[in-house]
Amino acid sequence: MSNSKTPLLDMYRTMLTIRRFEERCNYLFMQGRIPSTLHLYIGQEAVATGVCAHLRPDDYLLSTHRPHGHAIAKGVAPRAIMAELFAKSTGCCKAKGGSMHVGDVNVGMFPAIAIVGANIPIAAGVGLAARRLGTDRVAVCFFGDGAANEGAFHEGLNMAAIWDLPVVYVCENNLYAASTPFPLAFKIENVADRAAAYGMPGVVVDGNDVEAVYQVAGEAIDRARQGEGPTLIECKTYRLCGHSRSDPRTYRSQEEETAWAAKDPIPRLAERLKEKGLATDETLTAIEQEVTALIDEAVAFAEESPPPEPTDALKHVF
Amino acid sequence: MAKMSIAEALRQAIREEMARDPRVFCLGEDIGIKGGFGGAFTVTLGLSDEFGHERILDTPISEIGIAGVAIGAAMAGLRPIADVQYGDFLFCMMDQLANQAAKMTYMSGGTVKVPMVMRAPVGATGRGAQHAQSLEAFFTHIPGLKVLAPSTAYDAKGLLKSAVRDDNPVLIFEHKLLYGSKGPRSERGALSPIGEVPDEEYLVPIGKGVIRREGTDVTIVGKLLTVYRALAAAEELAQDGIETEVIDPRTLVPLDKELILESVRKTGRLVIVEEDNLTGGWAADIAAIVAEEAFFWLDAPIKRVSAPDTPAPFAPVMEQFYVPGEERVVEAVKSLF
Repeated sequence: MSNSKTPLLDMYRTMLTIRRFEERCNYLFMQGRIPSTLHLYIGQEAVATGVCAHLRPDDYLLSTHRPHGHAIAKGVAPRAIMAELFAKSTGCCKAKGGSMHVGDVNVGMFPAIAIVGANIPIAAGVGLAARRLGTDRVAVCFFGDGAANEGAFHEGLNMAAIWDLPVVYVCENNLYAASTPFPLAFKIENVADRAAAYGMPGVVVDGNDVEAVYQVAGEAIDRARQGEGPTLIECKTYRLCGHSRSDPRTYRSQEEETAWAAKDPIPRLAERLKEKGLATDETLTAIEQEVTALIDEAVAFAEESPPPEPTDALKHVF
Repeated sequence: MAKMSIAEALRQAIREEMARDPRVFCLGEDIGIKGGFGGAFTVTLGLSDEFGHERILDTPISEIGIAGVAIGAAMAGLRPIADVQYGDFLFCMMDQLANQAAKMTYMSGGTVKVPMVMRAPVGATGRGAQHAQSLEAFFTHIPGLKVLAPSTAYDAKGLLKSAVRDDNPVLIFEHKLLYGSKGPRSERGALSPIGEVPDEEYLVPIGKGVIRREGTDVTIVGKLLTVYRALAAAEELAQDGIETEVIDPRTLVPLDKELILESVRKTGRLVIVEEDNLTGGWAADIAAIVAEEAFFWLDAPIKRVSAPDTPAPFAPVMEQFYVPGEERVVEAVKSLF
C-alpha cells in the first residue's frame, strides 16, 4: 500500500472533516446541546489520517478516550458519531458508549477504550485472532504518551513481539498526559526507544506531517500484514486544545502553544497541496464546503433522532 | 460412564471443545511447556502434545496481557480459554475483566461479543494469604460477567463446555481441594469427588442449580468445597432428626434464584456456607434475596457461615479455624431450632 500514490487530497478531506467535526462538537457542547465531556483531537489529525489511509475496512482499530479522529479516519459515519454524542438511539453505540467509546465494528473499529493503556494488550489479542483465522488483517492500536507508562503497555507490547503479531502500535505523543509534561514522566527522549526492549522496530515521526506519518505507517502496516510482526511508531504531535472540556491549559506556555499552532498539520498540508499543484484555493474551498455540509447533515440527523428509552439501560449487558 | 476427577473432567471438556471448534484455544502460564506442569493444577497436562503449542499457548507471567489477549482474541472471532495459576492473580488483571470484558458488549450497544472463558483456582490450601482467596463474590458484583462454580466432575465438564459456547465472558472458579486427591499436583487434604461422567456428549446449562440432598427442615446453600461441608453436616444433623436440603447453585451469575426460594418456602430455614470473607459477601446477597422474596416463609433468622474478615492465615491450625468446616455448619443449623 505504501508504494501506491500518496492520496494527499483525500487525506486533506479527512483531516478537515475531523477538525470541523470537533470544532462543531465543542460549539454544541458550549451551548449545552450535547452532554458529558469531550476530549478533542484538534491538532493531531495527521496521525489518525496518515495511519488509517492504509487500512482496509476489515482491518481493526483500537482507540482511546480521545477517539473521534480515529473513528472518522477509519470510516465510522460522522452522523453516527454525532448521534452518539447527542446520546441518541441512532448513535454508533446506541447511546451506550458516548464520546469516549465511539466505534463501529462494521468498519473495523471496536468501541474506544477509555482506560489508559488497556487497549494495548487487547490489540495483541485482536492481532492473534486475525492471524489464527487465516486472514491478513492488521490491528492498529492508538494511545497517548501517558499510556506508555502503564503496565498494560509492557505486557501487551511484549506479547505482540514474542508472537510476531500483526499489530501496529501508534503512540501519539502530544507532550502532556492530561497536564503532566512528558519529561516529568519519562527519563528518555522518545517513547519509541522502548521498542528495542521488546525486540520490535521503533520509529519516531513528525506527527504533524501527514506525509511522513503516511510513509512510516505504510511500512509498519505492510510489515504486519506480511507476518513480520509489530512496530511501535511514535508520532510527535500536540493537541491544540485542552485535555478535556474544562481545561484552561494554564500548565502550558503561550509561547509553546503559538509555536505548535504554527505547525498545525492542516494548513501545512494545504500548502503542500498547492506547492505540488494538487489543489488550488478553489479546490480547498470546495472541500471546506463539502465538509461543512457533511457536518450540518450529521448534526441535523443527531438532533432529529429519538433518544433511547430509559429502560434501554437494561439491554446489552450480555 | 467413566469415573474421573474434576481436573480430568475439565481436561476432557477442553479436549472436546478444541476438537469440535478450531477457534477454541487455551492460553496461560505454564500450561503447555514440555516437561512442565500442565497449568498449576494439571488441567491442561498433555494437551499441547495433542493440539500443539499454537493452541495451547504458553504466555509470559503477564496477567494483564493474558486477559487482554483473551479479550481481544474473543472480540475478533476466537474462543479463548484463559487461566490463572491462582485466583488471587485475577486482581492483577482486574481492569481487563471488570472494565473491558464486562463492559464491551454494553458499550457497543450489543454489537461486540466477548466469548472468552477465564478459569481460576480458589480456596485456602496452606499457602498463606495471597494464594488462598475465594473471589467469586467480587465478580458476581460486576454486570456483564457470568460466574460459574462447579463442584463435581460432571458439572465441571458440562459447565466448561457451555462456557466455551457462550458468547459472553465467563469466569469459572475451581476449588483447589476438589481437583482430585491423586496426581502429581494434588493437595494435602484434598477431597476425592470422583464422579461419573457420561461417555456421550452433554452440556450443563448455565443458570441452573441443583439439589444435592433433599430435606424438609432446613436449607443449606453452599458452593464449591462448602457443598461437601454442607453434605457432611447434613449427615450429622440427620442423626439428630434434622432433615437438611443442600443446594448447589453451580452458577452464581445468572443465579437460579427460584431453586433456593422454593426450597426455603418448603423448609422455612436457611443457612448459607461459603469460604469467602463475611462482609459484602455472596452469602449476604443470598440472604438478602431470601429476606426480600421469601420472608414470610421463614421460621428462623437466616444464618451465614463464612470465613472471618481476615486474610487467609498460614498456620494450619489457624487456617482450619478460618475455613468454615462441618462443625460450624452443624452449629449454625442447630441454632435455628
